[in-house]
Amino acid sequence: MSEDWSHLQALEAESVYILREVVAQFRNPVLLYSIGKDSSVLVHLARKAFYPGPIPFPLLHVDTGYKFPEMLKFREEFTKAIGARLIVHRNEEAIAEGAHPLKLGVARCCGALKTGALLQALGKYQFDAAIGGARRDEERSRAKERVFSFRDSFGQWDPRNQRPELWNLYNGEIHEGESMRVFPLSNWTERDVWQYIQEQNIPIVPLYYARQRKVVFRGTNWIPIDNPEDVREGETVVTEWVRFRTLGCMPCTGAVKSQATTIEEIVAEAGAATRSERETRVIDHGANTMEDKKREGYF
Amino acid sequence: MSVGLLRFITAGSVDDGKSTLIGRLLVDARGAFEDQVSAAQRDNERRGGKGIDFALLTDGLKAEREQGITIDVAYRYFNTLRRKFIIADAPGHEQYTRNMVTGASTADLALILVDARQGLVTQSRRHAYIAHLVGIRHIIVAVNKMDLVDFKQDVYDRICSEFRNFFEQLGPIDLRFIPISALQGDMVVERGSNLSWYTGDTVMETLETIEIEQQDASHLRFPIQLVNRPPLPELGDFRGYMGKIASGRVSVGQSIAITPGGRQTRVTSILTFDGERTTAFAPQSVTLTLAEDVDTSRGDMITGIDDAPSAKTQFEATICWMSPKPMKAGGKYRLRHTTRLVKALVSGIQHKVDPNTLAKHASPSELQQNDIARISLKTLLPIACDSYRENRETGAFLLIDDNNDTAGAGFIE
Repeated sequence: MSEDWSHLQALEAESVYILREVVAQFRNPVLLYSIGKDSSVLVHLARKAFYPGPIPFPLLHVDTGYKFPEMLKFREEFTKAIGARLIVHRNEEAIAEGAHPLKLGVARCCGALKTGALLQALGKYQFDAAIGGARRDEERSRAKERVFSFRDSFGQWDPRNQRPELWNLYNGEIHEGESMRVFPLSNWTERDVWQYIQEQNIPIVPLYYARQRKVVFRGTNWIPIDNPEDVREGETVVTEWVRFRTLGCMPCTGAVKSQATTIEEIVAEAGAATRSERETRVIDHGANTMEDKKREGYF
Repeated sequence: MSVGLLRFITAGSVDDGKSTLIGRLLVDARGAFEDQVSAAQRDNERRGGKGIDFALLTDGLKAEREQGITIDVAYRYFNTLRRKFIIADAPGHEQYTRNMVTGASTADLALILVDARQGLVTQSRRHAYIAHLVGIRHIIVAVNKMDLVDFKQDVYDRICSEFRNFFEQLGPIDLRFIPISALQGDMVVERGSNLSWYTGDTVMETLETIEIEQQDASHLRFPIQLVNRPPLPELGDFRGYMGKIASGRVSVGQSIAITPGGRQTRVTSILTFDGERTTAFAPQSVTLTLAEDVDTSRGDMITGIDDAPSAKTQFEATICWMSPKPMKAGGKYRLRHTTRLVKALVSGIQHKVDPNTLAKHASPSELQQNDIARISLKTLLPIACDSYRENRETGAFLLIDDNNDTAGAGFIE
């Protein structure tokens, strides 16, 4: 084709097509809104897909109670500014029982506050399709996942028995009680996401920008400390120039050392990164792998 | 397709060095991160290996790493300064023919690996046939393990001519050959010093610079995905037709036809979030408004008035059977073609194709998983289709069974 057509435009056109397929093929879809940069891109694409109409599905935020205050503030402002319908769901029972990664271990804590809460919400609102911002370049089991990824009536994924997915013919046929997870950003990389945020001027949580923060070094990560009780024995709180490459729960999300305070500097950093962004997520590195968590119904 | 984005599939037999080649492309182009490489290294050491086994980097499922084989298609991403690449990494075994068809369906180029010591083997024939079936017009044959044949040019030349002879049976195709040693790195990203008699491009140079030939699908094909009637009073009785242009281009003021039915009207505007356009082209996603309120919806197709496809209820197709449940003549399925879902009946199975030899076996009683065959189909409602050879978007379909599984992938003749 002789037309001037960038790879970001190609990715955008594909994602818009996927979002429209969801609305065409499902009765009651929802967008899983995590407040992170990929969610920001996903919501932006949904606005494009259904223009001049509004986004024809609600956004669902699964709140663990451990999200950064900056994230919650951004969530309110961003969804209000674009007029999106927002549903917030928390696993109140687990939160009341004091679920915490230190107490339960990371796997069980995630299981209750994220996977459990998500499955509760999908059941409560009877959603038959959940749109997520996961990308195949994030993690090796995700590299195998379909764009339209089938879930049985227990919300579980069977990676050995996935539907073949050919061309752009997405098979969204399901029986009562079953559901689909849909990943419109499957073919995007971290670098594509950052370039697109820059090009389209998409708002993101300020935590992605570097500033001086109080942190401790734990394992291989800089963990932010907001509450002195979170400091473990032998750890020293220091002040460092850091930023977040991905955002999760406070106790389990590491920061990276960085001086990138503008979107241009972040794009440059993403282009030169030698380590994957998921490295800063404690949940990816236990004995319970991403494949295990996904089988159980994780995002 | 975008010049900035190249989708390709890699195919090779067991131990052809495919993982090593992909690993090298990824690591050299920084498509794999240090922590992912060291995780793969740890996995290898845990099972008693040494150094990095690239397959552990690309095989994403536990079962694959345990069995040491690639079961499912994995997608890999890397960028160079010139292009973004999406690799569909498909398994090579015969029982995974359907996975290769899946990976190839979105690819513009196939990178087929052969072992220089083996040359053209049965599996390579199958890989070449599938690439051809799926409409891939660019094939790079990477003759690997040149280090094990002392980098001899005559070995390479013999393999090239074997491949050329085989491809002559399939029809015209852009066929290129590169001698490489994935293990030592010769002619992958770097030229190395062992293949000085070879003057062509390296694998990476070829991938970065190859111009992808577009199908001559210049005819406008716009399958309607959704009719947009936003519940906003300020938009009045706005009615937009949303879709992704499958081929050709569309302009404001242009006369169009709607298939099936053949009603004609004009395009009044092309809307996007970023403003109105006077013209749009494949593969853009847009919203069209039309001069008259026509009764049309998802599954119908907007086309030019002189080059509309025929709306058919009976046609012949080649099918790759994907389901473990055999297909029999008389079988009923749902057929997914562009944005349309219709009931379909398999009215006959003409012959099965042996992808290894291209031999045809007449009148098989049923099709098993991974079989490729010529069949005839009847649909309950007409579909607006082109032949797959002319248009990959409007010539492709799926068959979906009672269990909602994608049971077959079809190519309309």
